[in-house]
Amino acid sequence: MPLTDADLQALWLTIRLAATVTLILFVIGTPIAWWLARTRSGWKGAIGAAVALPLVLPPSVIGFYLLITMGPNGPLGQLTQALGLGLLPFTFWGLVVASLFYSMPFMVQPLQNAFESMGTRPLEVAATLRASPLDAFFSVALPLAAPGFLTAGILTFAHTVGEFGVVLMIGGNIPGVTRVASVQIYDHVEAMEYGDAHRLAAVMLVFSFLVLLAVYSARPNRPKG
Amino acid sequence: MDPIEVRLRLTWPGFSLELDERLPGRGVTALFGPSGCGKTTLLRCIAGLERAPQGRLAFQGEVWQDAGTWVPTHRRPLGYVFQEPSLFPHLTVLGNLRFGQRRSPAPGGTAAPSGLDQAVELLGIGPLLERRPERLSGGERQRVGIARALAVNPRILLMDEPLAALDHQRKQEILPYLERLHERLSIPVLYISHAPDEVARLADHLVVLEAGRVLASGPLQETLARLDLPIRLGEDAGVVLEGRVAERDQRWHLLRVDCAGASLWVRDTGVAIGRQVRVRILARDVSVTLTQAQGSSIVNTLPARVAALGEDSHPALALVRLQAGAATVLARVTHRSADLLGLAPGLAVWIQIKAVALL
Repeated sequence: MPLTDADLQALWLTIRLAATVTLILFVIGTPIAWWLARTRSGWKGAIGAAVALPLVLPPSVIGFYLLITMGPNGPLGQLTQALGLGLLPFTFWGLVVASLFYSMPFMVQPLQNAFESMGTRPLEVAATLRASPLDAFFSVALPLAAPGFLTAGILTFAHTVGEFGVVLMIGGNIPGVTRVASVQIYDHVEAMEYGDAHRLAAVMLVFSFLVLLAVYSARPNRPKG
Repeated sequence: MDPIEVRLRLTWPGFSLELDERLPGRGVTALFGPSGCGKTTLLRCIAGLERAPQGRLAFQGEVWQDAGTWVPTHRRPLGYVFQEPSLFPHLTVLGNLRFGQRRSPAPGGTAAPSGLDQAVELLGIGPLLERRPERLSGGERQRVGIARALAVNPRILLMDEPLAALDHQRKQEILPYLERLHERLSIPVLYISHAPDEVARLADHLVVLEAGRVLASGPLQETLARLDLPIRLGEDAGVVLEGRVAERDQRWHLLRVDCAGASLWVRDTGVAIGRQVRVRILARDVSVTLTQAQGSSIVNTLPARVAALGEDSHPALALVRLQAGAATVLARVTHRSADLLGLAPGLAVWIQIKAVALL
């Protein structure tokens, strides 16, 4: 039996959300990862820990704080209202903002590793070959970190696809707006539609496995040491 | 050519570097010293890869660093060769060469890729251009690294022990290319090394560093012949002479090298007649006689004049500086012999040279 229209709608929404978040995080996460990899500042520890927080916090805690922040009396909510954008909770863009925080470590950490492992030498070489720091970043650091970008992009996308708790706190369950695949599965189960839940769950399972397979096989088998 | 002014003061935990030097604006200047003496730090400061908190750097009238001036590395007209070739792995050999060339103004304003073509030719890497760095041997990689530094048309070339990471055979493969650079390049080269043979072969000017300070600085031949501060390139004191191959003795497989009035026979290594060569004579291989020795097995016997006497590393030994024509040679003798022979400045003697190494 094929997926229902509601299922397809939920899947499409999930993909749009994950793609949007991944693209935005490439832009936000790259400078953060670069800074973390290069800085000698005392703030490195604090910023690094803040970025990694979503790895350990229950999604409901993140969702709760974001809900308050984006709510009518929260700082972000006041800002969006002042800009005439209305309030973010229970909208697609509210989900995007929440997912940016939630998926941040999956973007930043692989990139930071990639930047750290290349060391400073390639950039020094670029400088002696007349490349300005910005030029060297784009012409040397980015190509050398390409595998890191691939890993970071895939992990971020997959992790956003898989989020549930934060979505429920921030987005609720509005068809076509905030009802992503994981929420749709939850709905099916609540309604005792186990057959429907199975089909969608199987899609997610296969997708997740394929993504991880891609990440692990793209990683070259470097000899240790 | 104007000299390069280097005045730097830098202190790190357990290390300090302090110097005030004027390095020559032409030829190869070797920065020589044991590891940890600050050679690399000095070169990195000159390149702007490291910033000494106090200092002044001026290259041929252009100020690179001063109290209120800091020219970043990418705006300094230099080429830098790192100890490891550090080629960009995501580019081919040609891509590596073009990286800097595209970003540097060609001399004369035209798009003529003269620096690149000349570098490819000088280093003999024409056949490698389409290859990826991981498919090159260690020696080939370093040749590409040197060519890449030259392709930017630098006005000074900085080389940080370019041969140190290579085994003996690879070194011998690259040294001839470096000698070609030495002959053909008109720009000054600062060359870091702790290998005596490289310095003896390549350097025109020698700066000896120890623990972050300059121990001696001057033209290679003069500096090596100093008695107050015998500079040991490696195990022993000795001089380097420059000369030309004048004659080949086919029968005995010998070459005659004319060095500033002194004629020396060396083993024939196949060098062409007329070639500019260097020979090295260690003080321990030179002995002094008052009359020309007869019936000796030693081939190289020259008339000379005692220029000065100095102390050597052991109280029993003296170093004698001798002038043979325009060539300066050091001899190691015991104080007893010096006294017995009455060696004194101005005395005419004969020197016997047991071994002359053609470099």
